[in-house]
Amino acid sequence: MNYTSYIIPVLLALIILAGFVKKVDIFNEFIDGAGESLRVGIGILPALIALMTAIGMFKASGALDAITGVIAPAAVFLGFPPEALPLALIRPISGSGALATYETILSEVSPDSFAGRVASVMMGASETTFYTVAVYYGATKVTKTRHTIAACLTSDITAFIFSALTVNLFMN
Amino acid sequence: MMKWVFGLMLLLSVVFGIFTGNTPGLTESALNSCVEAVELFLYLIGGMCMWGGFMRIAEKAGLTAKLAAVFRPLFVILFPGLDPKCKAYGLICMNVAANVLGLGNAATPIGLNAMHELEIEGKKASLDETIASRHMIVFIVLNTASITLIPQTAATLRLKHGSLSPFDIFPAVVVTSVIALAAGLAVALIFNAAGNRKGNR
Repeated sequence: MNYTSYIIPVLLALIILAGFVKKVDIFNEFIDGAGESLRVGIGILPALIALMTAIGMFKASGALDAITGVIAPAAVFLGFPPEALPLALIRPISGSGALATYETILSEVSPDSFAGRVASVMMGASETTFYTVAVYYGATKVTKTRHTIAACLTSDITAFIFSALTVNLFMN
Repeated sequence: MMKWVFGLMLLLSVVFGIFTGNTPGLTESALNSCVEAVELFLYLIGGMCMWGGFMRIAEKAGLTAKLAAVFRPLFVILFPGLDPKCKAYGLICMNVAANVLGLGNAATPIGLNAMHELEIEGKKASLDETIASRHMIVFIVLNTASITLIPQTAATLRLKHGSLSPFDIFPAVVVTSVIALAAGLAVALIFNAAGNRKGNR
């Protein structure tokens, strides 16, 4: 599995080389890009505070365990670790909510455990479906989205199931 | 949507907490979680800015445009009947290329422009503009199930929690996202074909 450690350094070197070849002002462009990401990050901070507070209380009250307990048998049947279930529930709805839930999961199980890896693959391989659908159709006059949600949720559910399968296949 | 998720979670936790007699735990978690949110932000912001910086160089060096050219022929299958020379087509290619490079900030404005252009294409074909066109649906699936090459956020947080090799999820992420995208596209294209037969484009 050692080849994965080459991906990032080689990618960064390629980007810098391409920048030199195209005579890009690489330092100033880096600063610009980093500055834009900083503004995006500060933009999501208030939502992160709101949602982590809600999730923290939800967990402390025992309500999260109760809900997870109800769905857990179905998840286990599909080979899905119950610890990663809360992430599957929030992932399509809210990006900052998913981030907050993911952080909570990693503080409970090791990031190198089965559940920790499955949650990580889910974070990397799926998107905030409902948010994307709302924003993209918001740019048009569309009110009837037909089978958009069905198709997007199919892809989300597939991502959840395959996150467990691929972790089993590649790493266990 | 989020007002319900946020509100219901808070109310449910208070009711549940009182019910289980764990009100001290509730208070403590309310006061601690907001601090944890700021810590999480501090942890992520460095990596976000680092990638934002490198990806800006990639964009300026024309790597995004190169990737877009690679995708062009592939989209004939996904967008049958869409003129490859129209504005929407070029924007769709750029949007997917930006997504693949993890340029979420750049992908969204391009994507919204593409939606607008798809609406114009629909008007040309005199379609009802309040109903999503088949091209719009496929395009949105491409965005909600976007393939990301670098799972940056996940890797950063794994490192924070003591992972020995935070990027070892890489192959699993790529395989999972490709299969998830294929499943979403299959559903979209099958429904599109069924709608076509009924004369509903």
